[in-house]
Amino acid sequence: MNAFIDFIMGPMVWISFLIFLGGLGYKLYRIIHEVRTKEGYVFSYLTWYHSLRSIGAWLIPFYPRATRQQPFFYGASYIFHLALFVVPLFLSAHIVLVEEAFNVSWPALNDTFADLLTVVIIASLAFFTGRRLIQPEVKFLTTAQDFALLFIVLIPFLTGFLAYHQVFAYQWMMILHILSGEFMLIIIPFSRFSHMITAALTRAYTGSEFGNVRHARDW
Amino acid sequence: MNPTENTLDQAVEEGLERLTQERITRTVNQVLEKETGARFTAYVETCMRCGLCADACSFFLSNDRDPNRMPAGKVKQTVWEMLEKKGRVSKDFLRRAVRIAHLECNVCRRCSMYCPFGIDIAYMMLLVRRIIHKLEITPLYIQDTVNSHSATLNQMWVKEDEWIDTLQWQEEDAREEFEDLRIPLDKPGADIMYSVIAPEPKFQAGLIYQAAVIMHAAGMNWTMPSRPGWDNSNMAMFTGDNEISGRIARAFYETAADLNVRRIVMGECGHAFRSVYDVGNRWDAWAMPPFEVVHALEFYHELLTQGRITITEKYGKKVTLHDPCNVSRGRGLHDMAREVVGMTCSDFVEMTPNREHNYCCGAGGGVINCGPPYKGERMVNNRVKAEQLRDTGAQVLIAPCHNCHSGLEDIVHHYELNMEVKFLGDIIYETMEKRVYTPGV
Repeated sequence: MNAFIDFIMGPMVWISFLIFLGGLGYKLYRIIHEVRTKEGYVFSYLTWYHSLRSIGAWLIPFYPRATRQQPFFYGASYIFHLALFVVPLFLSAHIVLVEEAFNVSWPALNDTFADLLTVVIIASLAFFTGRRLIQPEVKFLTTAQDFALLFIVLIPFLTGFLAYHQVFAYQWMMILHILSGEFMLIIIPFSRFSHMITAALTRAYTGSEFGNVRHARDW
Repeated sequence: MNPTENTLDQAVEEGLERLTQERITRTVNQVLEKETGARFTAYVETCMRCGLCADACSFFLSNDRDPNRMPAGKVKQTVWEMLEKKGRVSKDFLRRAVRIAHLECNVCRRCSMYCPFGIDIAYMMLLVRRIIHKLEITPLYIQDTVNSHSATLNQMWVKEDEWIDTLQWQEEDAREEFEDLRIPLDKPGADIMYSVIAPEPKFQAGLIYQAAVIMHAAGMNWTMPSRPGWDNSNMAMFTGDNEISGRIARAFYETAADLNVRRIVMGECGHAFRSVYDVGNRWDAWAMPPFEVVHALEFYHELLTQGRITITEKYGKKVTLHDPCNVSRGRGLHDMAREVVGMTCSDFVEMTPNREHNYCCGAGGGVINCGPPYKGERMVNNRVKAEQLRDTGAQVLIAPCHNCHSGLEDIVHHYELNMEVKFLGDIIYETMEKRVYTPGV
């Protein structure tokens, strides 16, 4: 049992991060390479200025008109995405692990606040699930895969939350937490989670077409 | 043969009859694999099925939020299924795809501004139209315009002598107003080549008259080409017939090049602008058009701000302005349009939403060109535009685009909005001082 825990907390973490970062890196390389060989025109229109202008405009909460028309969704979405990165990266328990392994550390979030953010993440996921079940235009597009993606994100946060509060079997909860977290990382490059990089690319191109060619705003 | 719920027009139905499963599969896969690349893959793989694009689409909003009409819903019913079935789609599926891509999408690109990732859904609808074209099941009326383009290089089967006759007839009429007015044909080295779409000589020749008066009053050194290549419209661009589309644009630029003009000014048309400013040039391997292409809106702005024409008395009726997709989202001319309206009209009211966010007229992207069989559904599919117009309380609706103009005329009649639809040129012609420009006076 201990050997198993050592494995998932040691080599498996390395493997997960390698697949996560390597996979995304490879994906990015493959896209750029394919665009170069097959759709070179993309680079005739793409500019850093218009790309960053568009990405920037869409990163400012409620700046694009479309976001103001869906305040609940975007409100939940902004907080969810922010917390999704902030909680795992700045959780004191995670930082301690990194410090033990590499002797580097950084300031941690207050545990109660991190706990609250975790609840927010879980609540947001419940909201996204509800939308998929109820709102007709979202329901129309939704397949089992979409629920699976929500589930994959839910498990590491839910198990982390339960483990922190030591409800149910702590050790099993912890194992589940680690495995599901690693699974999420591994699946990112192979699923639509890779929108974490591709969304920037599609936005950049549309932003450039709108800004550079059509002299219009796309927000 | 009139279209019903389950059938489309003759060209589509007979085209479907001819198809074999093998040809369908091969064609779908050829287009999706060979004619696309990472851009398409990224669009398909990045979409999170969030449904936020729905709010963008006038078809969705006009049909009581029917998910079948939302942008991603249209992609789901066409592209996603083609990919999922590896091209093995049925004839019924294709009939539905024709309806979606040709009749239920204006390729107005408004949804790109509502997708948080900026996915270009119009591009995917045009890909579907490309497949439809290759399968030869394009709706009858729009295919006829493409056939005309192919045979005559203009959209309306206008013969060469008819074209020249029409210009001379307009010149003759206009000389009653201005003694020395000319519509100079093939004048080499002129500053401006003025170009129009084929419907102008065909049934709106008065617009050429007005343009000639404006050019004359402004003292421009201009010309119009007598040879094929004078028509800047391009329906092939909307049927996925890229080869013909490229031919049309090339003939157009070559005409301008042969006349050795400095720049091209074009009438109030949106899709034609999209063709010669944005799309046609790409097929001809020009990243940007080889000529400076100036839309009428921008040209009027230039004439008014430079004092080449003056307005005697501003237009008094309450006006509102429709932003055509292809010159607002397509070229960012919306603010200039407002300045022109401000210089020529005294009572202007905005419709909302406006500028880049304006709703399409419902006619654009080749939808109106699919012809009378589909007029009824076109009216239903743009209820939201009628509501937007009604809320302004304006008497006059300015629409600086041919497609918008025709589409909005239909909307105004169907919904009994009691509005006059006008071009900006109509307003300028009505309000301008009819004297010849002399510098410094």
